[in-house]
Amino acid sequence: MQVTLKIRRFNPEKDKEPWWGEYKFEAEPTDRLLDALNHVKWYVDGTLTYRRSCAHGVCGSDAMLINGQNGLACKLLLKNLGSKITVEPMRGFRVIKDLLVDMEAFFDKYRRMKPYFITHSPVPEKERLQSVEERQRFDDTTKCILCGACTTSCPSFWANPDYVGPAAIVNAHRFVFDSRDEGKDERLSVLALNEGVWRCRTIFNCVEACPRGINVTRAIGEIKKALLLRKI
Amino acid sequence: MLQRYDALVVGAGGAGLMAALQLSKQGHVAVLSKLYPTRSHTGAAQGGIGAALGNMEEDHWEWHMFDTIKGSDYLADQDAVEILCREAIETVYDLEHWGLPFSRTPEGKIAQRPFGGHTREFGKAPVRRSCYAADRTGHMILQTMYQQCIKDDVQFYNEYHVIDLLVEQGRCAGVVAICLETGEIHTFQAKAVIFATGGFGRIFRVTSNAHALTGDGMSVVLRRGIPLEDIEFFQFHPTGIYKMGILLSEAARGEGAILRNRNGERFMERYAPSLLDLAPRDMVSRAIYREIQEGRGINGANYVHLDFTHLGRDVLDKKLPDITDFVRTYMGIEPAKELVPVQPTAHYAMGGIPTDNDGRVVIDDKNTPVPGLYAAGEAACVSVHGGNRLGTNSLVDILVFGRRSGRHAADFIKKNEFVPLGANPEERAREMVQRLTTNNGKERAGDVRGTLQDEMMEKASVFRDAKTLSAMREKLHEIRDRYNHVKVEDRGTKYNTELLEVIELGSLIDVAQVLVESALARQESRGAHFREDFPKRDDPNWLKHTLAYLGPKGIEFKYKPVKITKFEPKERKY
Ligand SMILES: Cc1cc2nc3c(=O)[nH]c(=O)nc-3n(C[C@H](O)[C@H](O)[C@H](O)COP(=O)(O)OP(=O)(O)OC[C@H]3O[C@@H](n4cnc5c(N)ncnc54)[C@H](O)[C@@H]3O)c2cc1C
Ligand code: SF4
Ligand code: FES
Repeated sequence: MQVTLKIRRFNPEKDKEPWWGEYKFEAEPTDRLLDALNHVKWYVDGTLTYRRSCAHGVCGSDAMLINGQNGLACKLLLKNLGSKITVEPMRGFRVIKDLLVDMEAFFDKYRRMKPYFITHSPVPEKERLQSVEERQRFDDTTKCILCGACTTSCPSFWANPDYVGPAAIVNAHRFVFDSRDEGKDERLSVLALNEGVWRCRTIFNCVEACPRGINVTRAIGEIKKALLLRKI
Repeated sequence: MLQRYDALVVGAGGAGLMAALQLSKQGHVAVLSKLYPTRSHTGAAQGGIGAALGNMEEDHWEWHMFDTIKGSDYLADQDAVEILCREAIETVYDLEHWGLPFSRTPEGKIAQRPFGGHTREFGKAPVRRSCYAADRTGHMILQTMYQQCIKDDVQFYNEYHVIDLLVEQGRCAGVVAICLETGEIHTFQAKAVIFATGGFGRIFRVTSNAHALTGDGMSVVLRRGIPLEDIEFFQFHPTGIYKMGILLSEAARGEGAILRNRNGERFMERYAPSLLDLAPRDMVSRAIYREIQEGRGINGANYVHLDFTHLGRDVLDKKLPDITDFVRTYMGIEPAKELVPVQPTAHYAMGGIPTDNDGRVVIDDKNTPVPGLYAAGEAACVSVHGGNRLGTNSLVDILVFGRRSGRHAADFIKKNEFVPLGANPEERAREMVQRLTTNNGKERAGDVRGTLQDEMMEKASVFRDAKTLSAMREKLHEIRDRYNHVKVEDRGTKYNTELLEVIELGSLIDVAQVLVESALARQESRGAHFREDFPKRDDPNWLKHTLAYLGPKGIEFKYKPVKITKFEPKERKY
């Protein structure tokens, strides 16, 4: 099929303003959008810049705004995107070069959630036991690949860049609802702060954006509930 | 720019992060990685990590050891395999203690599933040994290890691409790296450096490996006179998604999926009557190629079918959710109802930078170490996988030997001083970058890489012979020549990812050359290395490891003996 990629370009060493680059070429309908970006980079314009690694939706490198919606370039096939495709960097992060954005602040917020197992009880010789149901309780949020698609689709985040954002909350959820973890209070205290979970206005953009199919809004709702219960 | 650390880890996959955790509290330590740590390809591992916990049925590390050695076609060093299989058990418990969300048995223990080549009682029947977290075990390992690094405040230099190793007076002195953000070249002086840079599947067209897996670490050390071991042994995983190479884990067959040819026949019955679809990967991949050669590929094309249809949606959704999603997303197929086209996909490098059992890089047949230099993970060759790795054994390897190398290095930095750097440590790196960014040749890196990948697939993959390999040798001359005329269009400094891709292509060509030369030299068939012109294993002549060096006139060889402790080589039947 013929595709036209319209890509928002910006080179900090050359451009004062972002501009649109248009690239028309033949591609297989079953190609990934990432294959098409690679085509441009490898055969048309070597300066096109973006991150990528795994090419099958598990490393979280290539979240971007595709036809106005966040997604991973390696998980969307051309045949499902139409013959004219617009590609822009995710919204709300500083653009460094073309589709590549500054994710430092994003990872910083993730780290604020104390995203590591906290226990005080003695370590058993073998595994800690956990029932199948207890394990299932937080299964959904273990899938997160820290791609940033949810956070950068969130109007509350655009309005207030200090909001920790859905991705950080998802990663807190992964521990708060793990029956083995003993750091629930520490994490909930961070989430109760001004920039925490109450900034969420339940707009649901994040659920649609998440390439791992995580029900982000539900996770946030469960954290809110846990906070309310804690107050009682 | 010069920085100084007691120890550096290059690479932030499972191996690098495990090493870093051992070191971080023992001195001034940093991790350099060209990717954000959580983007590393360890995160792509699906099926599980092998350890004889015996949670589902009786199991012993000795059985695991036997399977690994037999699977390796007796090329693995048995003392190292013993360490691997013994320490696998405590390593899996450590992961659980760090919070890794393993799937669970009804009693709440870590769940285990069968995997190719893993058996009970020295080959009698499949055993459930692979500890898993659904079909995203690698993702959970990478996340858990990175979480522990955050907890321990490990220092990271993310998006730093290492391009040279510094050796002074025969000792490791540090590395040189490009910072992607600024384009600046940095020298990192260090007493100890651990290379944990992963594999190089991207030398082949169809691969399960990430774009970033280009063999950088191996190429960097090779250019500094260090040999590479057993590179001719490259594993093709039987079940990659047709044309794309995306992996459908062996866990699929572990849960009961079946390979079928165009007649719907379960052809593994003919090749491995007792283990069937769960025979080791080298055998299953060869069986698929044979079926295709003999006209039993689907519609005469070069693929076969993986049949999930009898498993039911519940197994697919609960135990194999990710690969079910891959099949739906990339093929538009519903695996609960339709057959899935698969072909062998370039997957794993058994060979790598030679090390001893403490991760020390050793450079000859007498195992002479380079003080301060370490390697671990897929970039290294201990060798625990020999001629063919069993599924679930890489995740064990990266953690067990990542830890051992980290511990040894922690001790080393306490007992040793810095080696003074030479007059101009960045010279080579600068010269290379200068050459690549000012070259006005007519070649595009994309074209050269494409040729390399297609030719390697055709001439040096599952089946090889002197004719195809010699032809590939010639092709590589041509490819290298074209490489010298590659033009980098991006002349900027910030995030010049084009320049990095060209540097990576240089690494790919290096390792491809070592692979082809080592494969030509080895006149036998063993594990994943299959020579049509020498179809038998030849223990009297070839029960030994290849050490390939980059000499002035090309690749040169030495060989070193295999360590055999418990299991005498036997014919391999499943
Ligand atoms: C799809 C797939 C599924 C798999 N499933 C399993 C499984 O179920 N069980 C199993 O045991 N094994 C499995 N494997 C194999 C296993 O996952 C890998 O062998 C293992 O994860 C490699 O880990 P590593 O730490 O050595 O390297 P990686 O995780 O690949 O990490 C390499 C690191 O090196 C860094 N790096 C590379 N070059 C440079 C450079 N020049 N400068 C700076 N940094 C650099 C990268 O940024 C990265 O951080 C699978 C592999 C694949 C591809
Ligand atoms: S929750 Fe989903 S969208 Fe958000 S960072 Fe994680 S994987 Fe990406
Ligand atoms: S490249 Fe890894 S998620 Fe797309």
